[in-house]
Amino acid sequence: MDKLLQINNGECIERSHIPRVSPELFYRQLNQFVRNGGFVVQFFAYPENKQMIQLAVLRSSNLYILETAVTREYPSLTRSAGAKFNLFEREMAEQYGLRPAGHPWLKMLRYHANTSDRPDVFNNTYSEDIPGNYPYFQIQGESIHEVAVGPVHAGIIEPGHFRFQCAGEEVLHLEIQLGYQHRGVERMLRTVPHKRLISLCENIAGDTTIGHGLCCCQAIEALTGLIVARGASTVRTIAFELERLANHIGDLGALSGDVAFNPPAAYFGRIRGEFLNLLLQLSGNRFGKGLLRPGGVGYVMAAEQRQTIANKLKELRPEIQHVCDLLFTAHTVLARFEDTGTVSREIAHDLGLVGVCGRASGLEYDVREFFPTERYQDLPGLSNQVSHGDVYSRAMARYEDIVHSLDLIELLLAEEEQGYPAAALNEHEYQLAPSSCVVTLNEGWRGELSHCVLTDEQGQIARYKVKDPSFHNWPGLAMALRNQGISDFPLCNKSFNLSYCGFDL
Amino acid sequence: MYKIIRNRLEQGYRTSSYPKKPIHLPAIYRGLPVIQEQSDLALAQRCAALCPQDAIRAEEKKIDLGRCTFCGRCAEVNDGAFVKFSQNFELGAAKREDLITSGTLPELARHSKTHFKQIFGRSLQLRQVSAGGCNACEADINVLGTPFFDLARFGIDFVASPRHADGIMVTGPISNNMRTALLETYAAVPEPKVVIASGCCAISGGPFHGSSEIVADLSILLPVDLYIPGCPPHPLTTLHALLSFFKKL
Repeated sequence: MDKLLQINNGECIERSHIPRVSPELFYRQLNQFVRNGGFVVQFFAYPENKQMIQLAVLRSSNLYILETAVTREYPSLTRSAGAKFNLFEREMAEQYGLRPAGHPWLKMLRYHANTSDRPDVFNNTYSEDIPGNYPYFQIQGESIHEVAVGPVHAGIIEPGHFRFQCAGEEVLHLEIQLGYQHRGVERMLRTVPHKRLISLCENIAGDTTIGHGLCCCQAIEALTGLIVARGASTVRTIAFELERLANHIGDLGALSGDVAFNPPAAYFGRIRGEFLNLLLQLSGNRFGKGLLRPGGVGYVMAAEQRQTIANKLKELRPEIQHVCDLLFTAHTVLARFEDTGTVSREIAHDLGLVGVCGRASGLEYDVREFFPTERYQDLPGLSNQVSHGDVYSRAMARYEDIVHSLDLIELLLAEEEQGYPAAALNEHEYQLAPSSCVVTLNEGWRGELSHCVLTDEQGQIARYKVKDPSFHNWPGLAMALRNQGISDFPLCNKSFNLSYCGFDL
Repeated sequence: MYKIIRNRLEQGYRTSSYPKKPIHLPAIYRGLPVIQEQSDLALAQRCAALCPQDAIRAEEKKIDLGRCTFCGRCAEVNDGAFVKFSQNFELGAAKREDLITSGTLPELARHSKTHFKQIFGRSLQLRQVSAGGCNACEADINVLGTPFFDLARFGIDFVASPRHADGIMVTGPISNNMRTALLETYAAVPEPKVVIASGCCAISGGPFHGSSEIVADLSILLPVDLYIPGCPPHPLTTLHALLSFFKKL
């Protein structure tokens, strides 16, 4: 019957405790779980001796884990249970040559050769060094035209390719092809010396340095038994919220710029910088790089920094409120934001959207509340008021997140000053528990981040799997563009503001 | 309208007076590292072993700023007995080998090619190409457009088309999948043109060095005129490098 093993966020479990079931039972369980409203956190493959194992981490209000041995082909869950499996199955096909039979749109994700001796599922030879050797979904018809954008875009942003099928100004279909930022992060994480792990994770997506860094640190801490002092945990939580604030504020500015309302764009641009400077005060780097270490944090938060942050928040809070008031009451802005790029709750649920984009469509899920790490169990949760799924809702969800983050940091700063890291944590060698598994989740500013680490009998990393929230949310952007004017693409894109490098790894 | 005016008054004038007046970053900021050249070799080797970037050359008592991410771990050994990070953010260099240093960099303004200052001194239009990084470099280049830095007041702008550009500014370790797009963008820029490598990824592969999925070093593909170290470079580092290298100040 129900073979799923319930696990906790950041809990080290022995790999032998992960239930390994027959393929039939595995696919039936996953199918049932998702059809009953469950979501997929991780679904990936790894080699073990001479066979391949598929491992799934699922969530409802709890986390569950299950695995099975797989040969070259398996029945596609995208076909039987829906789009939540789509990208995971395509990723496995690309990484290990495993074919999901019956997958409705089996296309490469990132364009790289697989690491097994199985033949390439997509018949690519990788002799051309650009992801371009494949068909796009096309709509036929006399008045249909195709628009191709990227990989090099007009602004200072990351590369990706967008292919629109249009009837006049109306977008009928958008296909998003990524992979240009692929650096081979997962493979590196398995092979590099321990001293490079954190630095690599901090650079999976620079705007989520703290988020991915936390997932990595918590995984190492679980596998080594390192205990993080409460004070260090407080600093981590503050840094995580500062990262959220900087990004959300930057996004509101960018949204404002995209509807040609320049005053808030300039003001938010500057205010975002103030938050990056606060991260610099904590870590010496505007993105928080170098702050996190397995077991704690690398820098002391002294009374002086604490005071600087408290004063700055006090100064910025009314400014943020005033600029947001300017933005959200301008009727020219509302005319562009409202009913643009709507993703219904039903579609958001089918795709498994996460983070602000999910909450803006009415999916109430926040890792900070469901599976709290660091100091979040001591802090109040957030509930969003607007959930129509349009650009307005996604902008508003960001504003609500901003106010919430300001509150959280102030609560933490107001605590009795005790046990802030008295000393910075210097590098130390660590030994990972052998034959173990850990899954970590954190609510990044884009949504659910998750890392999963498996170790072998010697305590070496056998598989390091990374999932950025963008992995769930890119298909949401494609759906938001259905039957929209193509001129609303930049606005819709900005309202999601997804990571290319976090997806491409 | 009333709200626009009220916000405008509240925001005030925010633009920095750098480079006319110096600007001081907090003590925790890690800028140009300064090596204690008298320190003993064993200490240097300990720091080198700790460095995630393998940026420290212990025997030479030098650090390669093209590889360094300024994480600061080496400065924690014996309280900075081998190396300390100063708050000097002026890190740009015209030659790759200048970045391998024990704490002094040649003055960039004197080492820039004089014809660049003649051609681009009054107006410089750049096309940024993002090629496989983590997006932090891009974010801190975008910041140069915000009111505090206001890059456009110096006649320097980022443009949408390579055809309108005087050169390219490349970030990221150049993923194999971006190689062709980068070369085509470069080819589309009219002569004479400049190439800027921004961030340790574009200079050496950065935290991704050793990956088989990247080119790792922009100078393998294109002739680089200006190197801007950092992970990412602080916006002031980029501002200083662009002004010193291209402007007649």
